[in-house]
Amino acid sequence: MNPEIEKIWNVLQEVPDPEIPVISVVELGVVRAIEKSGEKIIVSVTPTYTGCPAMKMMEDDIVSKLKEKGYTDIQLRTVLSPAWTTDWLSDATKEKLRRYGIAPPEKSTADKNALLGKPREVKCPRCGSAHTSMISQFGSTACKALWKCDDCQEPFDYFKCI
Amino acid sequence: MNKQEALIDYCLRLGDNSLVLGHRLSEWCGHGPILEEDLALANIALDLLGQTRNLFTYAAAVEGKGRTEDDLAYTRNNYEFRNALLTEQANGDFAVTIARQLFYTSYAWLLFTELQKSKDETIAGIAAKALKETSYHLRHCNEWTIRLGDGTEESHRRMQDAVDSLWMYTDDIFAQTEGDALLIKEGIAADAATLKPKWDAMIKETLTKATLKMPEGGFMMKGSREGKHTEHLTYILGELQFLQRTYPGMEW
Repeated sequence: MNPEIEKIWNVLQEVPDPEIPVISVVELGVVRAIEKSGEKIIVSVTPTYTGCPAMKMMEDDIVSKLKEKGYTDIQLRTVLSPAWTTDWLSDATKEKLRRYGIAPPEKSTADKNALLGKPREVKCPRCGSAHTSMISQFGSTACKALWKCDDCQEPFDYFKCI
Repeated sequence: MNKQEALIDYCLRLGDNSLVLGHRLSEWCGHGPILEEDLALANIALDLLGQTRNLFTYAAAVEGKGRTEDDLAYTRNNYEFRNALLTEQANGDFAVTIARQLFYTSYAWLLFTELQKSKDETIAGIAAKALKETSYHLRHCNEWTIRLGDGTEESHRRMQDAVDSLWMYTDDIFAQTEGDALLIKEGIAADAATLKPKWDAMIKETLTKATLKMPEGGFMMKGSREGKHTEHLTYILGELQFLQRTYPGMEW
């Protein structure tokens, strides 16, 4: 990779997700590509959910972080294909979510099974128990569902697989 | 109607569906029967608005006259809207909202499944994205239809009333224009006529599980593709467009 482009990837690692500040927009998989055209830096981003209100904030944060690092000519481009998937979250990123108290997503096939009515296993991020149940498919943000642990009784967020 | 006009009209049809239904669902915010449903309906509304933004942005780009997604949402008149009559119907009680969700979401799920294969790359991208969200919406309304239909005597009665009262708007969801025919031939649009039997089967399956009767026949209201709406749309637009109509170009 071009060292300057690599440097920009590293800079964007410092931009946190506004809702889940323990992971960056790069780890979330929202930044898809970084290119340079002349002096212009073109950052391609993809939304997690089409209506996610945090997207605008992430875009603003990306631009202001790059400006802070001295880049002036910045263009953001929204790409929709391929559609964002939680499969892009690395194991290390998932572990950060778990430690933050959010049950990380399984592979997307796990939720497809659930759509077909098959049981799915979501472990409590606090005590690790698999004895959990869903309260609501829709949680505090578009990307999360609301679950509770039937052992330690704590409610928790589950990062939905899509 | 040429191909460009047909494509704009098609995007507006899909975008208006999600805008108007999203607006309706957002009316539940703060009024949901339980907290989880308040969140669920607001979440679904948000996804629908996101889909609208993508479709309007594309319609505006195809049109190429400098209009934006906001212009399309806030400055078109009632008769320029192309949303299905079903989507503008009032929320009613929770059962009516769920029946409206069931009828629309089953259609949207079938539609986006087809449109993922569209020869128009932007449409295919928007559809692939929307399909993931719609799968969750579908599960939500299927579960509630079954829970209410196969619940108490009261919830069963209300759910059946809701299904019966909205049935007359279901044919209109599948209405097509000459422009659609042009796009279908080019592999851009999905043929709603082929979705209808699949939709019938999906609805029948859920209603049967919910111990509800599937309505048959009866008068069917139509006209949305020609911009003929029920009285409800005007009230929605009155609220939705108030600010931009009163203070054109206002930003904050």
